Amino acid sequence: MKTDQLINLLSTNLEPVKRGETKKTLIWTILAGGLAAVCLMLATVGLRPGGAWFLSGYLLLKLLFMLILICAGAALLAKLVSPGQDGRKLYTVILLAFLAIGSAGVCALALGPPAARDQMMMGSQWAICALCIPLFAIVPFAGLIWALRRGAPTNLRRTGAVAGLVAGALGAVAYAFHCPDDSIPFIALWYGGMVALCALLGAALGPRLLRW
Amino acid sequence: MNVSTSELELRALMISGLDGDAAAHRTLLENLSSRLRGYFTGQLNRIGRGPVEAEDLVQEALMAIHTRRHTYDPAQLFTPWVYAIARYKFVDYLRREKASMRNLPIEDTKELATSDSSSQVESSLDLERLMAGLTPKVRQAIQAVKLDGLSVTEAAAQCEMSESNVKVTIHRGLKAMARLIRENRS
Repeated sequence: MKTDQLINLLSTNLEPVKRGETKKTLIWTILAGGLAAVCLMLATVGLRPGGAWFLSGYLLLKLLFMLILICAGAALLAKLVSPGQDGRKLYTVILLAFLAIGSAGVCALALGPPAARDQMMMGSQWAICALCIPLFAIVPFAGLIWALRRGAPTNLRRTGAVAGLVAGALGAVAYAFHCPDDSIPFIALWYGGMVALCALLGAALGPRLLRW
Repeated sequence: MNVSTSELELRALMISGLDGDAAAHRTLLENLSSRLRGYFTGQLNRIGRGPVEAEDLVQEALMAIHTRRHTYDPAQLFTPWVYAIARYKFVDYLRREKASMRNLPIEDTKELATSDSSSQVESSLDLERLMAGLTPKVRQAIQAVKLDGLSVTEAAAQCEMSESNVKVTIHRGLKAMARLIRENRS
């Protein structure tokens, strides 16, 4: 085939393109993914019993940490689906969020009574936390991959990693409404750690899932 | 030509194309195809590949530019967007070549001597074969609107589909063709 033939085909009866569809799709996918994660949480482990926890600072801290990751990650994805764009500052935001919660965790451990350190780090159900966050992240991750494939990501590993990060953070938001463990070291270790793990998995899967 | 004027011109053409200006889109693709040819020929020369492969890549990149043009943000520069796509397609090509060369006997390696220096090199892709890879409905819609040049309204009557259905079918069909072009090699 001659290239002129292809150009002819592509420019005959050209349709105008709607602007901003990719970003809208991303935002809706994140919202729907978060909703799916919350539903899965309600259907499996269920809401944390009692009501006082709802107003505690710990829930707020968990949600704040995850919302920073979700917002920065979503803004990054909006750039990564468009060839030739990269949001360097946003990586710094994500890194700072991890650093802040990590150093707050270390401080809390250092200031707390030595006998309580194990309890502060492991909580009452670290294993359920470690299992639930990636589990709740699966549906959001699948949705994000679907949305990203409609764009044109050129750095597949990085795009996969950020998709994993956002999906993991959505999973963690859902888990926060069940989580009975209120301590900063626990949030740093298990929330931070599992979300980072999701990002790693996303980086591993990205090149295979996002290729176009 | 000055780099920044070409950026301005190309961006203006791209934006008109996004708004549905077919003539601007054609000029843009023609202009880009010669730039892409230069880029891919240079890259492929280094690994000892000829003009047919370069033309394959030019067409694959043009197809990608067309089917993914909604990802271009008019507030950004245009040339980096095109360059990122061309580079991505070249890296993708290398990865697939590496995979397919493992099970290729050495004697089958193509000779370089054929058809050089012609500005009208044909790619190894065949339009009819590509069209044959589409489902009948999609093929019919693309044939009518993109090859025979019927309007969407006329095509809708001919294919017995609604107009919006014709548009969606063509959009999907072009994406399917882009996929077929990409898989042509592997």
